[in-house]
Amino acid sequence: MEKTIRKIFDKKHISRTISYLVVIGGFVAVQLLMNTVGIKSLFRSLLVPTCCYIVAALSLNLVVGVSGELSLGHAGFMSVGAFTGIIICGVLEPYLALNWLRLLIAIILGGVAAAIVGLLISIPVLKLQGDYLAIVTLAFCQIIKSLLNNIYLGIDSNGLHFSFIENRVSLIPGGKMLLSGPMGATATTRLATFTAGFLLILLSLLIIYNLTYSRYGRTIMAARDNRIAAESVGIHIRNTKMLAFVISACLAGMSGALFGLNYSTLQPAKFDFNLSILILVYVVLGGLGNITGTIIATLILYALPELLRGLQDYRMLIYSIILIVIMLITNNRKLKDKTDALIADIKARLPKKGSAAHD
Amino acid sequence: MKKLITMLLVSFMVFASLTGCNKPEEPEAKAIKIGLSGPLTGGAAIYGQAVRNGALLAIAEINAKGGLQLELKMEDDEADSTKADTAYDVLLDWGMQVSMFTVTSGAGSGVAPRYDADHIFALTPSGSAPALVYSDTKVYATTFQMCFSDPNQGVGSADYIKTHNLGTKVAIIYKSDCVYSTGIMQKFVDRAAEIGLEIVFQGAFDDSSATDFTTQLQGAKAAGADVMFLPIYYTPASSILKQAADMGYAPVFFGVDGMDGILTMEGFDTSLAEGVYLLTPFAADATDDLTVHFVTEYQKAYGEIPNQFAADAYDVVYALYQAMVAGGVTYDMTAQEIADIMIAQFTTMTFDGVTGTSVTWAPNGEVSKAPKAVIITNGVYVNAE
Amino acid sequence: MAFLSYLINGMGLGSVYAIIALGYTMVYGIAKMLNFAHGDVIMIGAYTAFYCLTLFKMSTFASIIIAIIVCTVLGILIERLAYKPLRKSSSLSVLITAIGVSYFLQNLAQILFGTDPKVFPELMKNSTFSLFDGQLTLSYKTLLTIIVCILIMIALTIFVNRTKTGKAMRACSQDKEAAQLMGINVDNTISITFALGSGLAAIASVLLCMTYSTFNPTLGSMPGIKAFTAAVFGGIGSIPGAFVGGLLLGIIETLTKAYLSTQLSDAIVFMVLIVVLLIKPSGLLGKKIHEKV
Repeated sequence: MEKTIRKIFDKKHISRTISYLVVIGGFVAVQLLMNTVGIKSLFRSLLVPTCCYIVAALSLNLVVGVSGELSLGHAGFMSVGAFTGIIICGVLEPYLALNWLRLLIAIILGGVAAAIVGLLISIPVLKLQGDYLAIVTLAFCQIIKSLLNNIYLGIDSNGLHFSFIENRVSLIPGGKMLLSGPMGATATTRLATFTAGFLLILLSLLIIYNLTYSRYGRTIMAARDNRIAAESVGIHIRNTKMLAFVISACLAGMSGALFGLNYSTLQPAKFDFNLSILILVYVVLGGLGNITGTIIATLILYALPELLRGLQDYRMLIYSIILIVIMLITNNRKLKDKTDALIADIKARLPKKGSAAHD
Repeated sequence: MKKLITMLLVSFMVFASLTGCNKPEEPEAKAIKIGLSGPLTGGAAIYGQAVRNGALLAIAEINAKGGLQLELKMEDDEADSTKADTAYDVLLDWGMQVSMFTVTSGAGSGVAPRYDADHIFALTPSGSAPALVYSDTKVYATTFQMCFSDPNQGVGSADYIKTHNLGTKVAIIYKSDCVYSTGIMQKFVDRAAEIGLEIVFQGAFDDSSATDFTTQLQGAKAAGADVMFLPIYYTPASSILKQAADMGYAPVFFGVDGMDGILTMEGFDTSLAEGVYLLTPFAADATDDLTVHFVTEYQKAYGEIPNQFAADAYDVVYALYQAMVAGGVTYDMTAQEIADIMIAQFTTMTFDGVTGTSVTWAPNGEVSKAPKAVIITNGVYVNAE
Repeated sequence: MAFLSYLINGMGLGSVYAIIALGYTMVYGIAKMLNFAHGDVIMIGAYTAFYCLTLFKMSTFASIIIAIIVCTVLGILIERLAYKPLRKSSSLSVLITAIGVSYFLQNLAQILFGTDPKVFPELMKNSTFSLFDGQLTLSYKTLLTIIVCILIMIALTIFVNRTKTGKAMRACSQDKEAAQLMGINVDNTISITFALGSGLAAIASVLLCMTYSTFNPTLGSMPGIKAFTAAVFGGIGSIPGAFVGGLLLGIIETLTKAYLSTQLSDAIVFMVLIVVLLIKPSGLLGKKIHEKV
């Protein structure tokens, strides 16, 4: 017991404690608001997507930040998870009345499906490095989108009906199309809840922290910082990176399943390159490898422009500038020194004002 | 200390911006709040702008009468289903009492279940897909359409091509990720099989391939098609007309209501659209009093001839107004109370507007209106009957 | 006969890919970076030409020249402001910056020019001719695209092999430090490469708009990624490789659309990329480079 408490307040683990506090605090605050004064429906409808984006960004951080490989196809895993989840829910609907149980099964199976796809993709992807690796993940995302765009799946009392490329599914009355090619899923029952999103964030934090602080985590980071040196001390780089990649895909799939069940209509084209980039921006702004940072960056970048609708048009423009500036500042010695000096300057001035107020 | 005060102030502001939806902001409302979402930017922007113009014109006329006052709020959804979902929330927060739904089918199919669940009455000017009023398993009680539905358009087009003998071999190019386009295509194909119209080519495209049509056109040409059916929006249609002209391929082009707007597209060479057929419930050259009044007023206000989207929106506002007056709707009613009155009114009333006379609605929300074909001659629509 | 016309159209599309691929391949050869913003330089080129033609009523030739100048300057600016400070950083940071630049251009264009598609003015009228008793109709635009592409390839090959600047470019791509020791200004050479690639992008933009007729701020993104695929396919860093890769990719894409499915064409194009990278990462005409410790 004492050990656990010490672990929580240990300096080494302080960021972990902060992450959990931010998430739990946010959840409690929102729940309180909802049950007392009530919240705007725009805000309410942002809750689940925000949770999904946080989980997606956390999982991408595992690949980009911890493992050091740029994946541009994260939306693909979300897509696999989303449509698996939607199909599972559609199939189970007549047999299982408990909404939360259906949602749980959908999220788990969405994660499993994405993990399988992630495993398959990681075999060719991790043979490559650098830009080639990035572009292949992008290619896989496009392929997943194209394939989903061609799948037609319907269900009626005779069972499942499937066709590829052309819609040859004919259902008897009472049947329901689960996936109709590029139009995606239509008339899905919305099952996603904020509590589910909150639990999913907790789960991913648990997984990611345990992974990064474990022996695996250290080997993954060793492989990131110096591949050749790590290899020379006997670390099997592909296996360690594959583990990170598959776990990341699984979490992305889970977040996708939750995301998919939050809308009644969802097209495969929604999970495109832009979405992958959006998540990447959250990770980069939060700091590569920094988990608390990722959560806060997602909250600020996703939720704020949605709430301030006037900023919508400029949102992506601002994001792109953030990307460039952060990369320049963190990677260029001269610029870094200048910003450090600037920040020090601002800091030096602030207390002065404070003390003036006390006089 | 100062820091703490700032923090408190900021958190209070955030708190204030997020909460307090249930109480209306002003104690006594002075107008019925009508919500609307549609594309004001992007590849379908002409529809959204026309609908806004038409609706605002009607509202201005109604408000000038001094009776029941109306107020419109339009949110941009770029014809996208997830953006329409957010737009719906914004409208809810604004206190929407009755809705003009969405302009496009793709955006509307996602929010239709929400209108039903929240029991808010919605009448779409131009969302023609059946998915807006019912799904495979359920009829949405509160959603209604002003425009003729997609199945009607598909069947109407096939019949028109057959009876007027526009050609014998038909090619179709459709947009596979659009509810509207695939819906019409499917009905057209079914109807063509019934009446013995030969379809020799079907080409699809989606959002990511909506610029290059040479392959599809070549396929249609190689198959010997002499009529090309285009159940798509005006932007890709303009590219198709251009690229067909470039390769010297000139079948009879037959569009549906989505083709409307092509003549007002900035920079489009209207001579390419000569002889193109399209379906519309509205002809700006009609001579009845209502149409003449609408067209002159519209031209006065916006400097252009209204298309069917503007006309549908104009009718939607008047239909809503007629039902609200007949049902005795007052400003302080909730959206749900109004919805009950509106459903009762719409399933029993008849409406005369610029897009049709003696219009009635079925309980499932579909309108009784037949599509009319027009042909583009010298840059204007001419009745093709 | 239909097959032949698909083939020629595929070559037309492939020629555009090839011209764009040149920009990727030259930059990758020298700066060892994937210039993600290249596709968006094309888009800027298209808007420049469009406004020159419609707003300022310039002649076709003058508009194309201005588009080339604007794109060249833009290419140099991007290189100097965004990429040069990162020359010694990890490829991860450079790639993220490049994506940032790409998004910046795209969204700036959306705000400046609007998201509605614009109709590109007609540059060539009545431009078809028939062969084999009218069985095969070809458009001059397709032929023009293929011819322009071949001319550019020839000119560029001569430039790279014969001129001093071209030789400097090759030297830099092989060993920057050694090149610097031999008195070559590496910074300038890299800027020239960016300028050349961006100028070519302007030509590609006009060719693209001529065939597609409508364009919007995302015009460049898909052709950009596909052209990169073409560059990898042909062998990155190789000019003839870009040509061969571009043509093959264009033909593959068109034939897939014609005989398989329009919706699967992207999947197949990217499949090609993955297979090439796994089996022969150096591409069809590229040289194999060993990683140094």
